[in-house]
Amino acid sequence: MREAITSAAGSKVGRRLPDAPLDAVAALGRGVFAACRATGSLTLFALSGVSHLLRPPFYGRMFLRAFIEFGYFSLPVVALTAIFTGMVLALQSSTGLARFSAETAMPSLVVLSITRELGPVLAGLMVAGRVGAAMAAEIGTMRVTDQIDALQTLSTDPMKYLVAPRLLAGAVALPLLVLVGDILGVMGGFLIATVSLGFNAATYLRNTVDYLQTIDVVSGLVKAAVFGFIIALLGCFHGYSSRGGAQGVGAATTSAVVAASVLILAFDYGLTELFFAK
Amino acid sequence: MTDALTAAGLHTFYGKSHILHGVSLNVAEGMITTLLGRNGAGKTTTLRSLVGLTPAREGRIVTFGQDTTRWPPFRIAALGVGYVPEGRRIFPNLTVEENLKVPNGRAGDWSIERIYALFPRLAERKSNRGRQLSGGEQEMLAIARALLLNPRLLILDEPSQGLAPRVVQEVFAIVARMRAEGISVLLVEQNVRQSLAVADHAFVLDDGMVVWSGPAVELAADETRVRTLTGATAEDWEGAAPRVLPAG
Ligand SMILES: Nc1ncnc2c1ncn2[C@@H]1O[C@H](COP(=O)(O)OP(=O)(O)O)[C@@H](O)[C@H]1O
Ligand SMILES: [Mg+2]
Repeated sequence: MREAITSAAGSKVGRRLPDAPLDAVAALGRGVFAACRATGSLTLFALSGVSHLLRPPFYGRMFLRAFIEFGYFSLPVVALTAIFTGMVLALQSSTGLARFSAETAMPSLVVLSITRELGPVLAGLMVAGRVGAAMAAEIGTMRVTDQIDALQTLSTDPMKYLVAPRLLAGAVALPLLVLVGDILGVMGGFLIATVSLGFNAATYLRNTVDYLQTIDVVSGLVKAAVFGFIIALLGCFHGYSSRGGAQGVGAATTSAVVAASVLILAFDYGLTELFFAK
Repeated sequence: MTDALTAAGLHTFYGKSHILHGVSLNVAEGMITTLLGRNGAGKTTTLRSLVGLTPAREGRIVTFGQDTTRWPPFRIAALGVGYVPEGRRIFPNLTVEENLKVPNGRAGDWSIERIYALFPRLAERKSNRGRQLSGGEQEMLAIARALLLNPRLLILDEPSQGLAPRVVQEVFAIVARMRAEGISVLLVEQNVRQSLAVADHAFVLDDGMVVWSGPAVELAADETRVRTLTGATAEDWEGAAPRVLPAG
């Protein structure tokens, strides 16, 4: 069919010219198909993973392992990110607010930015780079060295044994990390404000707390739970579907991090809309 | 006599390459059946089809009276089919004890304590990670792990591959012991002479087809035929020690 079109066109005009638009359409079609297929299999993978969280047997040890890997070992990187973010926010907003003589709004601005937005997003992105990559590498290695096959022949469902505990660990650990990050971020801002911007410590803390609402913190933690789930999901998914030796595992690692980061930003928008759009 | 497993006319593909061209074989209950053949003959592929990892596109597999042709691997395993893959495939990052906790089989006599009694070496190394074990220890762990499924049928893919002669003896002794335990065995081996010595029945595979089948003693008696059929080298034949303890 395709040949027929090309050759019919080719007999009149040149050979390459009429091909170009067709190629573009074909490439677009292929791209759309591939995207749909990927979305579909990712969704099925997620549903299967979650369904295993509801049916026994449960692998508590695997959850604990994943939780420690996800939460505990990410603590330093999340803590440092949060402190510096708080410090930068304080500096930036003080100079910005000074133009409107509104410096007193600075503590609220810092705490809202952190709890609602920067805490979960930055922690999510940092953890995606660290844990998402590690999960993809670990599960990918298990895939290409036939360990996942071995699990199945031991009557152990890899979705239940490897994937479900990690999904749960991600959804539980990231909110906890973000909670710690929120506190450290506010402290970072507090430090800059009191040490170098001449704020009164008690006033700063009072302003921080006074305008803070439960929803500000809760929305951030819900975001974190979703992001943690996304990080684990993409790490597991790309690792699980990796093919072709060490090279395949490397590619899976990169895809896991990139896809998780993009999805985090997309869901961040969606969740913000959900929580705060009037 | 009933069969633990019967396969008829298996056609298996990896993508587009057609590997098995109608393989039929059976494993009699309580017996050791060996599957021989040169490298690339399709032995591993046959086993992968039997345990559901690479499902056959055509043909029929009956395991313990049930049609398991389209079953996923974990269901076949749950039926009591233990599989010891080529190259062991133990979990390198888990300890020996953790490896032994992975199987999720039917209830039965095998417990981790009983495994440690049978493999004292594994008991000594129970807190070591899989990757720290020697080849022989890894093989023992892979067999032990399959036994914890409480299998009625044990399928082994080249368990003696790459092991020192003394350890090879141990592996064959364990295989013979399994029959004494009443477990049916399907054994793929390069070590032709020894597998014919422990086996009751033999199948020879070449190019994805069964080219010979019959009693193991019959094949063992005809060295020239074994050599042409299986591509066994003189070393595979002569280097092997004589018959190990036939159990039971
Ligand atoms: N994953 C695979 N993809 C494609 N071809 C394969 C794969 N595994 C094995 N083969 C091919 O299938 C044939 C049979 O292989 P295998 O069953 O491993 O033989 P054996 O175990 O008897 O040495 C060989 O020609 C091999 O190259
Ligand atoms: Mg093989």
